[in-house]
Amino acid sequence: MAAIPAERSLVTDSAAATPAATGSAATELHVLVLAGGLSYERDVSLRSGRRVLDALRSAGVEAELRDADVALLPALAADPPDAVVIALHGATGEDGSLRGVLDLCDVPYVGCDARAARLAWDKPSAKAVLRENGIPTPDWVALPHDRFSELGAVAVLDRIVQRLGLPLMVKPTQGGSGLGAAVVRDAAALPAAMVGCFAYDSTALVERYVAGMDVAVSVLDLGDGPQALPPVEIVPRNGVYDYAARYTAGRTTWHAPARLDPAVAGAVAEVALAAHSALGLRDLSRVDLIVDGDGRPHVLEVNVSPGMTETSLLPLAIQAAGLDFGQVLGTLVGQAAARRS
Amino acid sequence: MTGTTLDDYTDRYARRVRGMTASEIRALFAVASRPEVVSLAGGAPYIAALPLDAVGEMLGKLGSEHGVTTLQYGIGQGTLELRERICEVMALSGIDASCGASPDDVVVTVGGQQALDLVARLFLDPGDVVLAEGPTYVGALGVFQAAQAQVVHVPMDDDGLIPEALEVAIADLARTGRRVKFLYTIPTYQNPAGVTLSEERRERVLDICERAGLLVVEDDPYGQLGFEGEAPRPLRARRRDGVFYLSTFSKTFAPGLRVGWILAPHAVRDKLVIASEAQILCPSGFAQAAVTTYLSTMPWREQLKIYREVYRERRDALLGALHDLMPEGTTWTRPTGGLFVWASLPDGLDAKAMMPRAIAARVAYVPGTGFYADGTGTGNMRLNFSFPTPERIREGVRRLARVMEQDLAMRQVFGTVGPTGSRRGGADAPGPDLA
Repeated sequence: MAAIPAERSLVTDSAAATPAATGSAATELHVLVLAGGLSYERDVSLRSGRRVLDALRSAGVEAELRDADVALLPALAADPPDAVVIALHGATGEDGSLRGVLDLCDVPYVGCDARAARLAWDKPSAKAVLRENGIPTPDWVALPHDRFSELGAVAVLDRIVQRLGLPLMVKPTQGGSGLGAAVVRDAAALPAAMVGCFAYDSTALVERYVAGMDVAVSVLDLGDGPQALPPVEIVPRNGVYDYAARYTAGRTTWHAPARLDPAVAGAVAEVALAAHSALGLRDLSRVDLIVDGDGRPHVLEVNVSPGMTETSLLPLAIQAAGLDFGQVLGTLVGQAAARRS
Repeated sequence: MTGTTLDDYTDRYARRVRGMTASEIRALFAVASRPEVVSLAGGAPYIAALPLDAVGEMLGKLGSEHGVTTLQYGIGQGTLELRERICEVMALSGIDASCGASPDDVVVTVGGQQALDLVARLFLDPGDVVLAEGPTYVGALGVFQAAQAQVVHVPMDDDGLIPEALEVAIADLARTGRRVKFLYTIPTYQNPAGVTLSEERRERVLDICERAGLLVVEDDPYGQLGFEGEAPRPLRARRRDGVFYLSTFSKTFAPGLRVGWILAPHAVRDKLVIASEAQILCPSGFAQAAVTTYLSTMPWREQLKIYREVYRERRDALLGALHDLMPEGTTWTRPTGGLFVWASLPDGLDAKAMMPRAIAARVAYVPGTGFYADGTGTGNMRLNFSFPTPERIREGVRRLARVMEQDLAMRQVFGTVGPTGSRRGGADAPGPDLA
């Protein structure tokens, strides 16, 4: 396992991933891109899906786009694709359930299996695995809203603040795009943050807030084992990487590679690869971290179906690595298709 | 080393573009387009009630037999044939030759929305104030915001805009030296509130505006869609001068054709045409021919009755379901026409903050904040009854009631927390494609 330096092409390292090889294998494939779904991130997913579709087609792969709805299983039965790219964000795409259904249909897909997806999707479970494997992640507590009504919200929140300190990060245990997430710097703001979070999920993750540089590391396996792409540094214009900052071009500055000391960048890549492996992931993932003032990385969460929109981090990292998005996807669908046999 | 913002134009945008950002609430509406979700969030007419075979045949002939003219450029003001038909339509509600309505003073527009934009272009300088009902039509807020005008809301009750509140708003603004250009009002079956300005108040509102030297922009998309007798005559039927009358065929025929109009004081007509030509050159000849032919050859008055009947039944379904299912402390308006009911939630509930929970429960509405320019409306929601069937409406209200009860319980646990309303008018409303 090794980090891929910026501006150096990965494809030259791997015969299976050279553009020519990818082209000849993948162009004979029929690929289905799944996007949409019923999650809060439907809109983001539709954007990801269209981008993936364009990239695959530009790489010469025959691909079509479809929602995950009641027409999906009949379509899979009538015209089974060689591989599926899951561009669904939120539960359907990430909690493993759809992957389980695809397994039932004997349709291979890009990315990790159902079991690993379920583990990574539930942030407290994933954090526990990371910690067991010695991977740093901020202290946390995860509580369903029922517990607050049973035990009294004031007492529970007081205890959380005493134990974890301020500031705190409150976010849904499941889901992404910053929806329902808030930084709490003042204990008086905690109840409102909890209510905002519980609008999105029945269980909240309350985490010690780590100040530092927001970094995302995409991990790709194009046949030679998982490799870390250049880390992407996130600098939201108003300091908060919320929904508007994520999906409005111009609201965030991304640095790829991140402006990190080479030794720190190396440590960040190692931690990302360790997280990818500890969670049993496959093909691709995105590891979100904070690098604190002392250069220490802290893993916040790991995404098994990372965003693929024009402002998403994985495509930026692929570009920074000197790779072609379409060729990378072509290689991944080729690997997935090969798993069927 | 410089990073990328993925938008190299960031520093070059006009000032009015600054508020245009991705919104998580708008994104949630994407889910409402799935059939699993009961959408009470749209504003779409029930187009399936049209005789689509006959309309389709008519549209085909407009291409095959008259394409040489219908597919050609036309004049900026719109065809005379359509403007004559429009005058016949307006005459039904009392705007006729006796009050100076003439085809010569009608300008055909691309839906009512372009009519609004034209008025804004003609009359609003940056910093000018527009008075509007609170809440008001979200698309108007967008137009006024683009014109860099400030919207000051005037409250309503069950009889529409409150004249005393209008006087207070005018006086307050005069004291601060702000320049108020016009009152924008939807007096009949208001969007989103569903209320109608009473007969008695119509004269008073007109008098107040006349005294203050304010123009009145009367938006009347729903006036033909009353289901409990005739609506009071439009404001324009009562005054020749100072009232701009805007309407559309989007709710009475088909929004896909994008045909609306503005009846303007004679002196302004030429400027409207010049401004419209600068925007769009001319309205679609094909769409104008479609509306003209529809009004000339098809039973459109009968069709209006069908729409009214469908909407009355659906309004009854919505009001009945609200009565049976809503938690205590919820109130709502009882529209006698139009497409919308405006609900006020029990204390402490925030319709915008509750949206994700509602989407998870497979029901959608529009949070009240979308209809105010100043971030108020957190405790309100707009419910549409024109598109979903009565059965779906009841199911939607059932889901909504459950969501509200869950949210009330949550707020009991954590205490009342402040609203999360944005300060950007129109940001919390769906796009026009949402049914």
